[in-house]
Amino acid sequence: MRFAAVWGLPPLLWQLAFFVTPLGFLVAMTFWSVKNFRLIPDATLANWRFILNAGFFRSAYVYTFWLAALTALIASLVAFPAAYTLAYRLKPATRRFLIFMLVVPFFTSYPVRIYSTQIFFSPEGIINALIAPLGFGPVSVLNTPTGTVVGYLVLTLPLVVLLQTFALMNVPKTLIEAAHNLGCGRLRTILTVIVPSARVGLIVAATFTFVLAFGDYVAPLYLGGSKPPTLSILIADQVKSGNHWPRASVVAAIMILTLIVVMTGMLGLAYGRRGGRR
Amino acid sequence: MTEFDGKITDFRGLLHPLNRRRFLQGASALAGAAAVGAANAPAPAYADDKVLNLLSWPGHGDPAFVKPFEDKYGVKVVAKEYVGGEPMLALMNQSPPGSFDVVLADAEYIHMLQEGGFIDKMNPADYPLADYWPEFQHFPPHWVGEDLYSVMIRFGYLGIAYRTDVLSAQDVESYKVLWDEKIKGKVGFFDWYLPTMGCLSLYDGNSKPFDISADAFDKLKKTMFSLKPQASGFYSMADQFSMLTNGTAAAIPGIGDWVVLLLQKNGVPVSATVPKEGGIQWTESMSIVSSSTKKDLAKAFIQYASSPEGQARSAILPAYWASIPNKKGWEVLNKEHPADAKALRLTFDERNVMDEYKDGKIHIRQTPVQQSIEDWNDAWSEFKAM
Repeated sequence: MRFAAVWGLPPLLWQLAFFVTPLGFLVAMTFWSVKNFRLIPDATLANWRFILNAGFFRSAYVYTFWLAALTALIASLVAFPAAYTLAYRLKPATRRFLIFMLVVPFFTSYPVRIYSTQIFFSPEGIINALIAPLGFGPVSVLNTPTGTVVGYLVLTLPLVVLLQTFALMNVPKTLIEAAHNLGCGRLRTILTVIVPSARVGLIVAATFTFVLAFGDYVAPLYLGGSKPPTLSILIADQVKSGNHWPRASVVAAIMILTLIVVMTGMLGLAYGRRGGRR
Repeated sequence: MTEFDGKITDFRGLLHPLNRRRFLQGASALAGAAAVGAANAPAPAYADDKVLNLLSWPGHGDPAFVKPFEDKYGVKVVAKEYVGGEPMLALMNQSPPGSFDVVLADAEYIHMLQEGGFIDKMNPADYPLADYWPEFQHFPPHWVGEDLYSVMIRFGYLGIAYRTDVLSAQDVESYKVLWDEKIKGKVGFFDWYLPTMGCLSLYDGNSKPFDISADAFDKLKKTMFSLKPQASGFYSMADQFSMLTNGTAAAIPGIGDWVVLLLQKNGVPVSATVPKEGGIQWTESMSIVSSSTKKDLAKAFIQYASSPEGQARSAILPAYWASIPNKKGWEVLNKEHPADAKALRLTFDERNVMDEYKDGKIHIRQTPVQQSIEDWNDAWSEFKAM
């Protein structure tokens, strides 16, 4: 008990100082007002009323939520075969090497990676140069929602593969062997044994993707061309135009609330009982 | 032990190619980067006497411009950069007193700075205003009654910038081209409400583009919203250069020479024009910040920036080029960089930027008069989110 108190306290204090306190400040600021570009402590609901009634906020909310959910789905589906191969098909040394390679992208900062992605997708960029001789294109990805999703995947895909791999590796091997011994085919083993057993990890991976994509600012700006803007861009816009930190705080508070609801729902799905199958 | 048992529980295995020393080196590099980041943080910059703190649009702290001043006075010019007048006002409002000595602002914000008590009255005799083109010697936005609060350093015209391989000079004679089928999905926007909405207001036929009635404002919104299907994206300052270069944007309204001249120099097929409905003039001006503790140095810097040498160097600032109001600056530029002077149309023997000004097509950029800045901004946000 004392051990827990001593070693658990510093992170707790850290979170209190650098997460809970600023969060409280953020919520308080949603009730402030702005006069002549100056922030005035206040107790007004005007910011909430304005943002909740603004058409551009509603459309940005739906758009951001949809794109983040889509990214979570795509990342989960695309990552699964890779994670499956990593977990079950490779020698430990190869696996270790590839896992290391999946960490490498995190060595460079994310905005730098997004900027270099621009080079690939610009009208006269690498991809169009490659497909032009084959009679395709030009494809335009920059400044489209597709561009934004590509950026989100650059951010999340390596992480999802890693998380899924660890999840799959934790599935008791005996279960898989039992399925094989009882004559269960490969696909059916995956669907009825592996996926349900690795459920928690797979859902956590998808949730992570959603959280990262939902709040990302870089991809929708530099690959999506702010067309249309996501919530994170809306936050920046509110600050840029008229120093409106209170309105920006409202958008941020709603985003945090959304993430809490989504996380609670997803964790319920991950850890909740599933129709008595186990 | 089969390979299925090979769960990774010990992450040190992952670090294999990195020994502990290298790992620590990496960590200290990270810490160093964090420290540098902290040093780059804005405001309460340097109380140091040997530093002049400048708040400006990007690029004005460039050695190409400030070096002679730094050498002469043995000081360093440290610039904090912003994009757009509202962020500038926000920085002026939020920063502790003494953070800045000189502010370079767009002319339309000078009155707000003056009313807020942020800038000092200046003595006109301290600056070479007599060498300026007559049109700019008593430039209204800089004066409150008979008092001078700011000195013009650079200006330029905003109309349409376009790719010459997509559109011809005839095409861009009117803002109407923005709705042309040929550039559907290829009309880019500089992500700041004021220049774009000003140009579209001219297209709507408003003789005072920023001083418009509620009805005209509604019409302006409709005009703007109808451009949405044409839009390629909303760009930061730097992104405009890359999007015109790579062809993602074939035309961008509300910008001008300040973007295309540098691109032309790099061989990109772009040009800028002021359509027949008219153009908007932007103006960058320098003022002395009231809370500065180094006002003599601040004055000296503005004297340098408005001097013939400072003017000529400022015209071809590496970040973006601009016209300059000092005729003697034109002379220096024509002598030292004749090709650049020609590109900028700052020559005496041909049609030059002052002729366009005299044509009456140019309207000085203002903040909205009958509506609030917020109203225009909200319309812009709505446009972006459509």
